[in-house]
Amino acid sequence: MRFVLVRLRRLVVVMFAVTLLTFLLVNILPGDIAYDIAGQDASEEEVQQIREDLGLNEPVLIRYFTWLGGVFTGDWGKSFRTGEPVMEAILSRFPVSLQLMVVAQIFALLLALPFGIISAYRPGGVMDRFIAGAAFFCLSIPPFMMAILLIFLFALFLQIMPATGYEPLSAGLWENMRFFILPALSFALAEWTVLMRVLRADMIGVLQQDYIAMARAKGLPTLRIILVHALRPSSFSMITIFGLQVGSLIGGSIIIESIFALPGVGRLLINAIYARDFIVIQGCVTFIAAAYVLVNFTVDLVYALLDPRIRVEGARG
Amino acid sequence: MANTTVDQVQADEAAEDKNAEAVAATKRAKRLGISFWLPVGWLSLVGGAAVFANWLGLPDPGDADFLSIQSPPSAEHWFGTDVLGRDILTRIVYGARVSLTVGFAAPLIGMVVGLILGLLAGYYRGRVEAMIVSTMDTVLALPALVVLLLFSAIFGGSLTTVSVGLGLLFIPAFARVSRANTLNFAEREFVLAARAMGAGDFYIIVREILPNVVLPVIAFALVAVATAIVVEGALSFLGLSVPSPTPSWGGMIAEGREHLQETPHISFVPATVMFLTVLSFNLVGDTLRSRIADVRESAI
Repeated sequence: MRFVLVRLRRLVVVMFAVTLLTFLLVNILPGDIAYDIAGQDASEEEVQQIREDLGLNEPVLIRYFTWLGGVFTGDWGKSFRTGEPVMEAILSRFPVSLQLMVVAQIFALLLALPFGIISAYRPGGVMDRFIAGAAFFCLSIPPFMMAILLIFLFALFLQIMPATGYEPLSAGLWENMRFFILPALSFALAEWTVLMRVLRADMIGVLQQDYIAMARAKGLPTLRIILVHALRPSSFSMITIFGLQVGSLIGGSIIIESIFALPGVGRLLINAIYARDFIVIQGCVTFIAAAYVLVNFTVDLVYALLDPRIRVEGARG
Repeated sequence: MANTTVDQVQADEAAEDKNAEAVAATKRAKRLGISFWLPVGWLSLVGGAAVFANWLGLPDPGDADFLSIQSPPSAEHWFGTDVLGRDILTRIVYGARVSLTVGFAAPLIGMVVGLILGLLAGYYRGRVEAMIVSTMDTVLALPALVVLLLFSAIFGGSLTTVSVGLGLLFIPAFARVSRANTLNFAEREFVLAARAMGAGDFYIIVREILPNVVLPVIAFALVAVATAIVVEGALSFLGLSVPSPTPSWGGMIAEGREHLQETPHISFVPATVMFLTVLSFNLVGDTLRSRIADVRESAI
């Protein structure tokens, strides 16, 4: 319980730091938004009026706390450009980002599980070395590069996948999924390597346990021993890494969403940055940071549930 | 990015190295193989080209050859030309300057500051440690790429902003590695001996502890170089690193994106160069890391 409280306190501190930092940083973005909104022919009074309306004349700390108060009551402000309420804008795009991450991690697991098991079965063997090499190769291709490669191969050369775009789920499951396969693979082809290595390392240890030797002696088929007896105790660290990766995908999705023109939160943020739309930037960063911090918090909790030693150590820190 | 992931994987790898590779390690001769020297060769080539770019007799990276726009590799343009008819080889050589500058500057900033903080935290413990550790944890909890995007959107993309921004985000990881290693040594006999002989804290930290801590930190820095190059590539791909006329690998990949169908080489040549460079740093870093682990184990 104390562990949860310590972590919870840190979570609040981090969120406060992130939002304040973002607000201050965004505030010194070059360019006066009021002039942009008013247009070229506007008079000084009109510009002044816009500043007044947006509350831009207040000191930055006052504006921060006004904004922070709004966050808790569900008023995240309105986009300076489109007038769209920020919270609605984010929430309407969130399912796309979430789907991208879920599909990406499913692909990563589908690759990591078999390859990790094969590697661990005969460490140092031909397959193990081949898979380790392939993993090194994949790890050195950043997702944005992988995205270009996949678009070239599957969309332009083989023409079996769409290069960019999005269809909502209402258009049908396959119509919708088609647009997620390449973006998700761009992540998964790098992420699987980390999962695979961790699973391999743990499973090598587990396979040396006495109860595995016992199961072998009973004459159980190898596949059954691995899947039923060895996989579960080997996958704890992998689950942790799996969770932490979700955190890093949240950041990475900015690039992948804009390459594949997926209307997610990441693309909303990058467009807001290009358009200098403060309040949208502020909202997106807050949302992304909150998601990131919450994911890491949950991972810590799950890990603590699995491993009692962490509970004691973590409560001290 | 997910530094915890990196730590965890490294820890796991270290454990795994002990188990599975104990046999392989003895079998493996003390010589460094082709998987070390080939990457070193490639990195020297890229590094040398970047440093001596002005004396290689290459055209200016901004020079456009309007007669051969988007032309495939030829005798005149070894790697072809881009959408504006600029020589891709030249731009790769000059782009290497951007990648390598950020690739070295950012980990260096992170390493120096992280090392100092880690040494202080690990040596003095108590309140100093608590403060440093909790600050580092807060920074680690930030989504790094998002912070960096914001950073370069605000201060304008340039070599300095990207290097400094990324360097700051590297600090916690380095601080962790150096703190963990400092903890290993701070209570050892030779430190006690130095103290008994009347050495001050500064002398002990710099002359007794630092030499032991610096090796694993440098090994970690090599992996950080690869990460820094990738992140710079991603930022310049988004147009948020060095501004447009300056060639950068990520920017070149982005420029070729619209023309993947007709002239894929515009994206693929810089992508391949970047891939080989990142792969090389990973391979060299990996080799050195296991070397250092070997040396330490034999010492104990």
